[in-house]
Amino acid sequence: MKTAGNTDAPVYGVAAEFSCARDLFHAAEKIRDAGYRRWDVFSPFPIHGMDAAMGMKRSLLGQIVFLGGLAGFLLAVALQFGPTSFLYPLIVGGKPTGLFTVPAFFPILFELTILFSAFTAVIGMLAMNGLPRLNHALFNWDRFKKVTEDKFFVAIESGDPKFSERSVHDFLESLGGTNITTIHGD
Amino acid sequence: MTERELIRPPLVLNQRTMGWISSYISSIVEERTPTWWWVAMGVTVPLTLMCLACLAYLVSTGVGVWGNNHPVGWAWDITNFVFWIGIGHAGTLISAILFLTRQKWRTSVNRAAEAMTLFAVVCAAIYPVFHIGRVWMVWFLAPVPNANAIWQNFRSPLMWDVFAVGSYFTVSVLFWYTGLIPDLATIRDRCTSKAKKCIYGVMALGWRGGNRQWRHYEAAYLILAGLSTPLVLSVHSVVSFDFATSVIPGWHTTIFPPYFVAGAIFGGFAMVLTLMIPACAIYKPLRDLVTTDHVDKMCKIILLTGSIVGYAYVMEVFTAWYSGNPYERAAFWYRAFGPYWWAYAAMILCNVLAPQLFWFKFFRTHLLWVWIIVQFPNVGMWFERFVIVATTLSRDFMPSAWGMFHPTWVDVCTFAGTFGLFTTLFLIFIRFLPMICMFEVKAVLPEADPHQGEAR
Repeated sequence: MKTAGNTDAPVYGVAAEFSCARDLFHAAEKIRDAGYRRWDVFSPFPIHGMDAAMGMKRSLLGQIVFLGGLAGFLLAVALQFGPTSFLYPLIVGGKPTGLFTVPAFFPILFELTILFSAFTAVIGMLAMNGLPRLNHALFNWDRFKKVTEDKFFVAIESGDPKFSERSVHDFLESLGGTNITTIHGD
Repeated sequence: MTERELIRPPLVLNQRTMGWISSYISSIVEERTPTWWWVAMGVTVPLTLMCLACLAYLVSTGVGVWGNNHPVGWAWDITNFVFWIGIGHAGTLISAILFLTRQKWRTSVNRAAEAMTLFAVVCAAIYPVFHIGRVWMVWFLAPVPNANAIWQNFRSPLMWDVFAVGSYFTVSVLFWYTGLIPDLATIRDRCTSKAKKCIYGVMALGWRGGNRQWRHYEAAYLILAGLSTPLVLSVHSVVSFDFATSVIPGWHTTIFPPYFVAGAIFGGFAMVLTLMIPACAIYKPLRDLVTTDHVDKMCKIILLTGSIVGYAYVMEVFTAWYSGNPYERAAFWYRAFGPYWWAYAAMILCNVLAPQLFWFKFFRTHLLWVWIIVQFPNVGMWFERFVIVATTLSRDFMPSAWGMFHPTWVDVCTFAGTFGLFTTLFLIFIRFLPMICMFEVKAVLPEADPHQGEAR
């Protein structure tokens, strides 16, 4: 059996290579049906329908971004109405400063809502993906470099309750995976 | 209709494979710096330095070194600000609105267009920052506690502008960088030198391309596109509020927000083509990714938005006449037939008449012609802003307050310098970052379909 990384270090998982998106897609469906929990498929681009093939639900990011946007909106409310209506009313051209003059405050309410939502979307996406990070056990495998070019991979992690090196190796082989390799950490 | 006719034109020509896309796009970044790049930088860097020198002169002497004076208190500075910020809008349109409308052809132009957005906003930001006069007081615009017992007037359109442009730039950077992460990972995985591996590795943030990452990534990208769409429409609307909320005849109109947005998209697409056509001429294989079909579509958008702009010009004049307000009527009379008639004529020629050539397929598909024709919108959109800003101010209510604007050499050199800055930043971008979004182009290849060759 092929190995990558430091063989004295704990096993990260067993990985296999696939040559096209279609094969990867069908392999994912079979791994899902076999009941594995901790595994992932790797591809150079997002594959349409892969979430369902892996048995995953929609990302929760949208809900998180709503909260971020709400925070931006409330901050803009406090930032504008607090000083202008209550603390330091600045009367320009005799215009009223009360809460009912909301149209004049609208652009900044909108911009800060968008700004905070966008930051939440990016930071939330990185946090849910466990990024940024400098290294990962998979990078110990030389062939894995092709994942950002034109190759497709499957990795079943050792943390999976059904994991055993032998059975996973044979299972991936039965799915048509090639270059099946046991990945160790550093 | 036969089945053959229903097949869409391919987005990538010559059956290019995924491997070819990665190798070719990355090779632009990886190869030795080409001679043309040094020659181009040899022109643009001195221009950039000229811009910086003019700004240093402005700060050390005073804002009077520009030609702004009564009655034309906003002149080239605000004209150039609106010009540059408008150019940026096409990038966001391509990356956000065309993404939401599932226009797959955008994939090969969005990266460069988004980069163009950022650099145009950098050029635009120079003007509002420096036209305030005492630039070291610019922090007064930020709502931070201070000891002066004053607070920002949040009901001022100028304050809206600060927030709109600031948010726009920040969100555009986030959107652009998010789109870059998988491609930076491609370069990281390909590079051979330790230093490059380190730099691109850190910038790629440890991206692995697992589907558990892609699903959050795609959600984030969709959300950012959804946020950028209203944002880009709001930014130029807010810019137009600077004028529309005033009481100056010719500025105080409700047509401004949509008219400004259409003009921004119009001018921005012209600039995208101005940059992409030479880039594809230098890197010829890119023609398989940015095909004639792409150029054709962008020309159609220019034709559409140019016609919307032409409609707005006509409607403005009609409204001025129909309002019965003598000042409003006079403002438009002087725009077209006053001392600045040549600016108005240039605007009509460049923005309304020249793009009409794009009705003909010949002009949309011959790149040299396209490049020549899109120079008209580039010039015309500057004249449009000049007409709106300077012409209007030079002829307002009282004939005793009329006057002309005369640009100084500092005005001219600063503006010429911003083109140097814009081009320098774009050249640096081409050299160090993948200019085409590789992972998105791979995703629109036929073999990216997980059901390719299977019966539906």
